[in-house]
Amino acid sequence: MEHIVIIGNGISGVTAARHIRKLSDKRITIISAETEYFFSRTALMYVYMGHMKIEHTQPYENWFWRKNRIELKKGFVKQVKDASKELVFASGETMKYDKLIIATGSKPNKFGWPGQDLDGVMGMYHKQDLENLEKYAPNNKVCKRAVIVGGGLIGIELAEMLQSRDIPVTFLVRETSFWNGVLPAGESAMINEHIKEHHIDLRLGVNLQEIKADEHGKVKSIIIKETGEEIECTVVGLTAGVSPNIDFLKDSNIELGRGVKVNRRLETNVKDIYAIGDCAEQHEAIGNRRPIEAVWYTGRMMGETLAQTICGNPRDYNPGHWFNSAKFLDIEYQTYGWVFGERGRPAYEQHFHWKHPDKHICITVAFHKETKEFLGINTFGIRMRHHAFDKWLNEKRSVEYVLEHLADANFDPEFYKLHEKTIVAQFNQENNTNIQLKKKSWKRIFSY
Amino acid sequence: MKFIRIAGLYIFIASVVVFSATVFMGTYTLSEASIKGSFGGKDVRVTETFAAVAKENGVLDKTYNSQFTFMNDVVGLFHKHNKRVSEAVAEETGISTSETDKIIVAASKSGKVAYTKEVLQSVLPEAKVKMLDGATNWMYSPGKTYDSVDAFKNDLTNKINEINRSQAGNYLLYDNKYSRFDITERAATGIISDNKVLFLFLTFGLGIIGSLMFIIAGLFLKPIPGIKNNGIYLNNATNRGWVGIAAFGFLVAFYVLLYFHPYIIANWTNIVDPLKGFFIEGASASQWFLYGILYCVSMIVMGIRMFIKYRHNQYQVVRTASVLFFQIIFAFLLVEILPLFDLPGVDLKNAWPLDYNFLTDWNVKNYLAAGHLGKFMFFWGIILSIIIVPTLVYFYGKRWYCSWVCGCGGLAETLGDPYRQLSDKRLIAWRIERWTIYPTLIFAIIMTVVVGYNTYNIINDPANIGNSTFLGINAYKINEWYGFLIGSIFAGVIGTGFYPILGNRSWCRFGCPLAAYMGIVQRFKSRFRITTNGGQCISCGNCSTYCEQGIDVRSYAQKGQNIVRSSCVGCGICSAVCPRGVLKLENGPDDGATRHEIPEVILGNDVNLFEMLEENK
Repeated sequence: MEHIVIIGNGISGVTAARHIRKLSDKRITIISAETEYFFSRTALMYVYMGHMKIEHTQPYENWFWRKNRIELKKGFVKQVKDASKELVFASGETMKYDKLIIATGSKPNKFGWPGQDLDGVMGMYHKQDLENLEKYAPNNKVCKRAVIVGGGLIGIELAEMLQSRDIPVTFLVRETSFWNGVLPAGESAMINEHIKEHHIDLRLGVNLQEIKADEHGKVKSIIIKETGEEIECTVVGLTAGVSPNIDFLKDSNIELGRGVKVNRRLETNVKDIYAIGDCAEQHEAIGNRRPIEAVWYTGRMMGETLAQTICGNPRDYNPGHWFNSAKFLDIEYQTYGWVFGERGRPAYEQHFHWKHPDKHICITVAFHKETKEFLGINTFGIRMRHHAFDKWLNEKRSVEYVLEHLADANFDPEFYKLHEKTIVAQFNQENNTNIQLKKKSWKRIFSY
Repeated sequence: MKFIRIAGLYIFIASVVVFSATVFMGTYTLSEASIKGSFGGKDVRVTETFAAVAKENGVLDKTYNSQFTFMNDVVGLFHKHNKRVSEAVAEETGISTSETDKIIVAASKSGKVAYTKEVLQSVLPEAKVKMLDGATNWMYSPGKTYDSVDAFKNDLTNKINEINRSQAGNYLLYDNKYSRFDITERAATGIISDNKVLFLFLTFGLGIIGSLMFIIAGLFLKPIPGIKNNGIYLNNATNRGWVGIAAFGFLVAFYVLLYFHPYIIANWTNIVDPLKGFFIEGASASQWFLYGILYCVSMIVMGIRMFIKYRHNQYQVVRTASVLFFQIIFAFLLVEILPLFDLPGVDLKNAWPLDYNFLTDWNVKNYLAAGHLGKFMFFWGIILSIIIVPTLVYFYGKRWYCSWVCGCGGLAETLGDPYRQLSDKRLIAWRIERWTIYPTLIFAIIMTVVVGYNTYNIINDPANIGNSTFLGINAYKINEWYGFLIGSIFAGVIGTGFYPILGNRSWCRFGCPLAAYMGIVQRFKSRFRITTNGGQCISCGNCSTYCEQGIDVRSYAQKGQNIVRSSCVGCGICSAVCPRGVLKLENGPDDGATRHEIPEVILGNDVNLFEMLEENK
């Protein structure tokens, strides 16, 4: 029986394993050095915040794996011997494979800051980071202040985590406005405001100079590069992005870039070795996507796709329309299709922005200046229906069509105040159009 | 604000301490007045005999320091009272022991039994002959012979005892929880009875003030609306820690006392007498009135907490307002007010089979005795259970009842909200659930059929009273057992007492027969579902963790499958806590597959992959 070995028990590896099991009877082994069982990495924050225990973050009960004949192996792979199709563990053990899937995910970036390896400096990615945080920042008596370096999605999550235990947070963001490499200006400004509203000390347009230690080798303070200001703190969170976790492959024959180089079939240059998820790097970016996509959903999709290939239905990784979501403290964010921030926005992309006069609710609709084709939408504080936008993007609908049917896409809970009317009215006013909002139709919703 | 919050907590704790302490405070004195108060509804002979017996035994006007020693003596009085009353009644209108002996002597001749009406006439006065002959003429009917005097004596004394018992029945005092409670409540004297209003303030008043200070201060400490579940699993009260265990002990003790030994908490009912006075001047509150007040107070205070906690979520706000409305108006006020208009004091929203006494004889008699309106209320109960309930479940799911109307659900959604995460999400729990809830429904149906048949017989012909067995089951026995096992132990002691251990919906999930009935409709024929938003799920598990019904919501959401489950009560919290906007409670057309099919590939992946899978089908 063919033995499929998967290194990494995150969403990519586990999805691949589950789908291979659905499609075949192959022997499957998942290896992880991090935890015995699969857990949802995106939920780690909630464990520290006390919303859940670690077992609640495990999507499958512990019996699931044996029942589905998926073997779990705890261990750290230090070498891949592709010639003999063999893995070598840090413990010295070895394991044979017939096909190998590398799904080792990411690790937090460190940019060579002085003091970046001190006690009390941590990322927020692995379960071990959570344990570290629990050790250095159990409450606001032990941790007087935390400084977070890097204004991305993990950074704001870490800020929210620390804030849940009333630990004062200083948040250093390199950009002039939060996440404005991705978000259009209006949305980014709204998030800035919301961060400050939560009494998080947000510092925009600053970089970390160095982290200073006390006499025990523990974090004492940080220095801001631009101003030279020293901020005393007990914990430093490094959340300046992630990069593929592939150091163990350096001596192998597998072609590496920043990640493990793969083609559209998710195959590496070595036969029978594949890479999926955060650690995989496409030779050429797909559409507007980045060559490395460190996103939950893309990891899952690669797992689904690769399972088909491995089980005899070779498929290209061919993701559908881009979508993503996040939550910035209390503000939910969803995106469908492409809406660019200031940076990298194509010349043809025009935006329509609507914001609620006093609540943290807004949307940005991107469309083609000339053809009026709908390109994408960002929503903040309003939930929207994935199926609707996916279909409209498939059908290359116009922005007018989308706005006309916007009521179909609303996914807020019942009794929420609806904003479609004011949104359409503002669009009509700004664009001299006469779009009439259609009533929500179940018939159409089912066809999405 | 922090100070107010902590002060509120201490005030609340103080009120709980006072409330618990009142059980052990005050004295108990049986006086003629208190006896009249307790048994005022009965014949004057009862109060007089009982007072006399009490006096003879030195209990009358004696002051006891605890209800337990008091009850010890009172139970003795019950037995003595009953003996005395029975004997006196037998002398007057029944057959006394000496008369019985005379009959036996007259009826036995040289070891043979020769029992006839004439025998009776030779011994008893005319009125008694007629009565006893009517009950025993079968004993000398043709074909009936007695081999021994003993056998005859046995039959005869049995019949005579029966007659005497029914003659004395109205004057007996049964030693049960009701008479124990009635007598203790009236006999309570001392500090609490003298200061009811003060103690009402020190217990309920302070409890409300303290908890509202705690809750409302939270609004100012965390002024930005949003999901506020921080620290729930780090807190002793909500993570089965010692505070939770203490709350569990308190709640279980409360339910055990309320259901089985209400006399022990007679002081509590006295404390709420001033409130009962708003409905009937000078009336004394029963344990059920006390329970109603506690229920409403808990729901209102914790409902305010819900309004604050979920102020950003309109669904939660409207739903909480709805359960409060139905609890206060239907389950409490109308139940108190209807009897003032000579109508049955029933909870008009309480649908069978949750209302398991709907077809009992006394309940139906109550309806029928209350004129056209009473008959209409009976009719409404039937319509509610068999037409309105399933119809609304078809349109809106069982949530319309479970988390919008129901009293048990209302308490679970307000008082129980801090414990919702404690429900068991494992597959094994789901298996157990199906093995408990459906058998309870079957039990309820069988019980109702037997009881209903009995009621039908009695209403049709009041003389049928003795024949209460159907399908080999005694109607009163099965009703009593159902009430004890399901109504009291399961719904009360476990259902609410175990909030801090099993979560807030263990009754609704594992026991409620109405939930089972609606669940079947919801699963197979309903427009309700929880829609999953395409591929947006990140498997974080907030939805499953906070599902009070223990549904593993995530296992559906991460597959892109809509959630259609019989047990879902539609509280909407999964949708509220989802950080990615994945879940939405919806009522839409039910065309089968679209309601709950599992997509082969989750939305967002290769469109061609979809097509390939379609072709392979």
